[in-house]
Amino acid sequence: MSVIFEKTSLLTDKQFHYCPGCNHGIIHRLVAEVLDELKLDGNVVGVAPVGCSVFAYDYFNCDMFEAAHGRAPAVATGIKRAKPDSVVFTYQGDGDLASIGTAEIVHAAHRGEKIVTIFVNNAIYGMTGGQMAPTTLVGQKTTTSPNGRDEAWCGAPIKMSEMLAQVPGSYYIERCAVNNNANILKTKKAIKKAFQYQLEGKGFCMIEVLSTCPTNWGYSPVEALKWLEENMIPYYPLGVYKDKGAAE
Amino acid sequence: MALTLMKGSEAIAEAAIRAGARFFFGYPITPQTEIPEYMSARMPEVGGCFLQAESEVAAINMVYGAAGTGARVITSSSSPGVSLKQEGISYIAGAQLPCVILNVMRGGPGLGSIQASQGDYFQGVKGGGNGDYHLLTYAPASIQEAINIMTFAFDKAEQYRMPVLFLADGIIAQMMEPVEMPEMVDYKVDPEKKPWAATGWKPGDDPAKRAVINSLFINTEDLTVHNDHLQAIYAEARKNEQMWEEYKLEDAEYIITAFGTVSRIARSAVDELREMGIKAGLFRPITVWPFPYEHLKAAADREGVKALLDVEANEGQMLEDVKLAVNGAKHVDFFGHCGSLMPTTEEIKAKILEMKEGK
Repeated sequence: MSVIFEKTSLLTDKQFHYCPGCNHGIIHRLVAEVLDELKLDGNVVGVAPVGCSVFAYDYFNCDMFEAAHGRAPAVATGIKRAKPDSVVFTYQGDGDLASIGTAEIVHAAHRGEKIVTIFVNNAIYGMTGGQMAPTTLVGQKTTTSPNGRDEAWCGAPIKMSEMLAQVPGSYYIERCAVNNNANILKTKKAIKKAFQYQLEGKGFCMIEVLSTCPTNWGYSPVEALKWLEENMIPYYPLGVYKDKGAAE
Repeated sequence: MALTLMKGSEAIAEAAIRAGARFFFGYPITPQTEIPEYMSARMPEVGGCFLQAESEVAAINMVYGAAGTGARVITSSSSPGVSLKQEGISYIAGAQLPCVILNVMRGGPGLGSIQASQGDYFQGVKGGGNGDYHLLTYAPASIQEAINIMTFAFDKAEQYRMPVLFLADGIIAQMMEPVEMPEMVDYKVDPEKKPWAATGWKPGDDPAKRAVINSLFINTEDLTVHNDHLQAIYAEARKNEQMWEEYKLEDAEYIITAFGTVSRIARSAVDELREMGIKAGLFRPITVWPFPYEHLKAAADREGVKALLDVEANEGQMLEDVKLAVNGAKHVDFFGHCGSLMPTTEEIKAKILEMKEGK
């Protein structure tokens, strides 16, 4: 009997703590499979800061750092500068990257740090139980926007991929989603490209992945995927926002 | 060996490089900017890395990342900048990463002044960030002493897996003194000596050697075990690492306590008081954490000692540790200025005379 599928060795056997229907599990696997396929084991360091993915050090089977809220790009900078031959990635949520960690992500991009950032955007603070994030859509109800996000009061949702594409130091920025099989495959391709760029010594790469949070959105996993498709993708269009490699 | 006249900030930076530091992350702030300036030119010469961060918050997190790979890493800042670093320092302490942090203290609170001060004693010694942790904290009184401490600071940080803090001040950083520099240490990360560090691991390797640099222990039982472990380390450091200097204490009736730059003013006051026929002496903690409580107590308990005077360039912060040490056995008085005004020998002498006259 031949093996036609097996779990990547870059994930541990630890059971995920993620809620049913959450997309973190898919995104974890995509990252781990890419690291495996590029034969990067032995040379990978991951950084996961505060947020739903704070326990990622239990799941990714490589050297891992847990970082303070928002600070993963700075921690990754220290790692990459100290060990330039290693492959370094951060795995950050939208509350982390788009709110408390904006300075760190902008300046990591600005310096052209040779790291890959996986930015999981589910338009809400998941770990703390569903508060409004800078990425929360206008009208979206959360525990701190009970009447729906009011643009006049707290602004329109921030678009990080568009923003970071404008930073001269960034190299490759793409927004993906994991709401269906086709998009999952596209996401994996983008993640792989980002790590390949890092191996080539290119600059800062970020893959934004639109993701669901059925628990805090108050939907079933299937409804959540539909909500993402109907509400998030129109506001956060998928696609490549910057690719210096393709331009070169 | 010949003495070289060097500015404090540059001498301390060079000493760090000679002690094996190859990574510096920092942000400009007066009165310590000469340290990053020096590092920016010197690090590339020794194959090291200088990186100017976007903030002190980022700089200390870069320290966290680089220290987690086992490298010798240093950062420097001054009071308001060190306040910004406190989050990262707490994480570094929690994750048990060795590193060296320099605080060139200036006046506070808030933006304060750019002149020397000792107002961050509490911050350095009593916490600063969240949680139960300590930093091995040295208060050098001269440039040479700062250099000498630097020669073993990284060793201590690695031995205890805890950050080392230099509680210096703007005068130490800005003045020039003749100094003797140690030889360059050839430091290389040894994964065997630092099994906790991220030095490269792949599936199939010893799972115990997979680096997990982390300060999160979500189960209360696990966090308690972790804290007990930290406290055991601190107990060991308290036992082994206390450093202090005694000056003319043998027959002293009045003991002056002071640290850092102020201790040099106090030392002059001791000499001048003795010329006036008043038997004064100086007790100077070099480690302010761990504070040499028992040794100060022993000095204060001597029969001839009438009272103690704590002198600081702050509102009386070390004073609390002096009082804890003396524990009510003798009268403890205080003289100092807040802000950046240094106490003078004249003021210290006048205060001792007041105490002598029972005022």
